[in-house]
Amino acid sequence: MSQGAALPVQSPSASAAAAARPDVCLRGLDITFALKTGELHAAVKNIDLDIAPGEFVTIVGPTGCGKSTLLNATAGLLKPSAGHVEIQGAALNGLNGKAGYLFQADALMPWKTAIDNVAVALEPMGVPKAEALKRAQDWLARVGLKGFAQRYPHMLSGGQRKRVALAQMLIRDPQILLMDEPFGPLDAQTRQIMGNLLLDLWAANKKAVMFVTHDLEEAIALSDRVVVMSAGPAAGIVGDFRVELPRPRDIAEIRTEPAFHAIHKAIWASLRVEVQKAYSQGEEAQQ
Amino acid sequence: MNRVTLIALQLLVGVAFLLVWHLLTTVPVVDGKPLFAPFFFSTPLEVLARTWKDFASGEIWRHLGITLLETVLAFAIGAAGGIVVGFAFARRELLAAVFDPYVKAANALPRVVLAPIFALWFGLGIWSKVALGFTLVFFIVFFNVYQGVKEVSPTVLANARMLGMNERQLLRHVYWPAALTWMFSSLHTSVGFALVGAVVGEYLGSAGGLGYKIHEAESVFDVTGVFSGMVILTIFVIVLDTFVTAIENRLLVWRPDTAAKTA
Ligand SMILES: Nc1ncnc2c1ncn2[C@@H]1O[C@H](COP(=O)(O)OP(=O)(O)OP(=O)(O)O)[C@@H](O)[C@H]1O
Ligand SMILES: [Mg+2]
Repeated sequence: MSQGAALPVQSPSASAAAAARPDVCLRGLDITFALKTGELHAAVKNIDLDIAPGEFVTIVGPTGCGKSTLLNATAGLLKPSAGHVEIQGAALNGLNGKAGYLFQADALMPWKTAIDNVAVALEPMGVPKAEALKRAQDWLARVGLKGFAQRYPHMLSGGQRKRVALAQMLIRDPQILLMDEPFGPLDAQTRQIMGNLLLDLWAANKKAVMFVTHDLEEAIALSDRVVVMSAGPAAGIVGDFRVELPRPRDIAEIRTEPAFHAIHKAIWASLRVEVQKAYSQGEEAQQ
Repeated sequence: MNRVTLIALQLLVGVAFLLVWHLLTTVPVVDGKPLFAPFFFSTPLEVLARTWKDFASGEIWRHLGITLLETVLAFAIGAAGGIVVGFAFARRELLAAVFDPYVKAANALPRVVLAPIFALWFGLGIWSKVALGFTLVFFIVFFNVYQGVKEVSPTVLANARMLGMNERQLLRHVYWPAALTWMFSSLHTSVGFALVGAVVGEYLGSAGGLGYKIHEAESVFDVTGVFSGMVILTIFVIVLDTFVTAIENRLLVWRPDTAAKTA
């Protein structure tokens, strides 16, 4: 077990070639929003982050610090104000076609059934409809929604919708996964089931993952690395911790390991400061 | 309140209305005359008899057919135009910005003033009525489609783009269904307006249709004929509306408010 605040962390497990060419490479990223009032809001500032192929990296940070903003920039949905995004060695220009994105908000097409929502993801790849439906059914079964194929999104629970969205993202087999609080609306038990499901799927076919969560325990249980962001505005990365816990992991059981507690303590020491900062900012803004 | 009671109460209002009408127009009060002269107000039984006769003789079917045809054409052409222009404006900011004042001005114009012009341009046949209905339907559909395309959830759109959809696929899987939802939310209104266009057009000058029938009766002070025409028009509207509701329920199954029912 090790912890390090050195940036960026060199990945000892990844091969030399992979280390030379990370799947995701953010360099000197600034993102500033122009507000309607004419003010500028610097959301994140000077972000450097590398994600190696097959590496599971989780970003934690106080609410509003710019986690979703970072994912949006990596997805190519948001153009950074400064710095650049490189995907597998190539500068990102426009949308990131290599990435699948699980959005924080509901993103399923409400007018399509669960199976159609999943199957339609294959249409841009030119997969014939019948074949797409068959594969979509397989994916629904894999995320435990076999019997829900014909439901429309509003007839599914929040967790079921997230699972449909997960299947929709994974069916395209993207090389990079961007996941923004995918288990946000779920209860603790379902979170664990989903977390284990995600780890199984990921272990079977390792991708670079950029994962966002509010739940530090979940972050540690899932990840190879946990990155801590500071409270905004102009948030930066203030901690980068390697999680050297053995895999395969079980989300529930791994929490009981002593090594887990040590890592948790180290990361929380860094995160707590930022959360408190964000909290007191919010209080000031209220007064 | 359960359904049966509700329907009973609804019927009660109708029956009470007819009863009052009947009493006022038939029961002699002064000089052996009823309070309301049947010449001006007709009587429910006469109206019923006339309506029955019109249907039985088959005479009314021709007029119904004409009005239906005009309504359907006005709706179909108006909706098609509204969809195309609504999409174009929603996807091309410049187009919308340039035409905005003209669209607003055109929509503010009372359509009745156009009827004589349409009669001049398209003659007294069905097309002048279709044109009138078109001007009404077009704007409703146009505004709704425009709004629908504009207000697609940004997350749904971003997600679809991340799935690799090109412009055509976005149109088919995202914009089109979103626009349709809005269009269907105004389906009752736009079908209603198509009918208004047809009937008003017929009323102002034609040789057939329900509007013509009513006008014809009015011109000879045949109050029974006018009321009978209105009754037939009402029946027609109810049938049409039921049909629209059926289509709507079928096409919008995915919507929470139409589909979420607890057993
Ligand atoms: N489109 C926008 N226009 C202006 N400001 C924005 C916009 N999007 C985000 N912001 C601001 O940028 C900051 C970062 O937002 P972001 O959504 O990335 O936060 P987050 O870390 O994902 O928060 P949460 O954990 O609550 O999801 C916030 O202060 C937010 O108000
Ligand atoms: Mg967020």
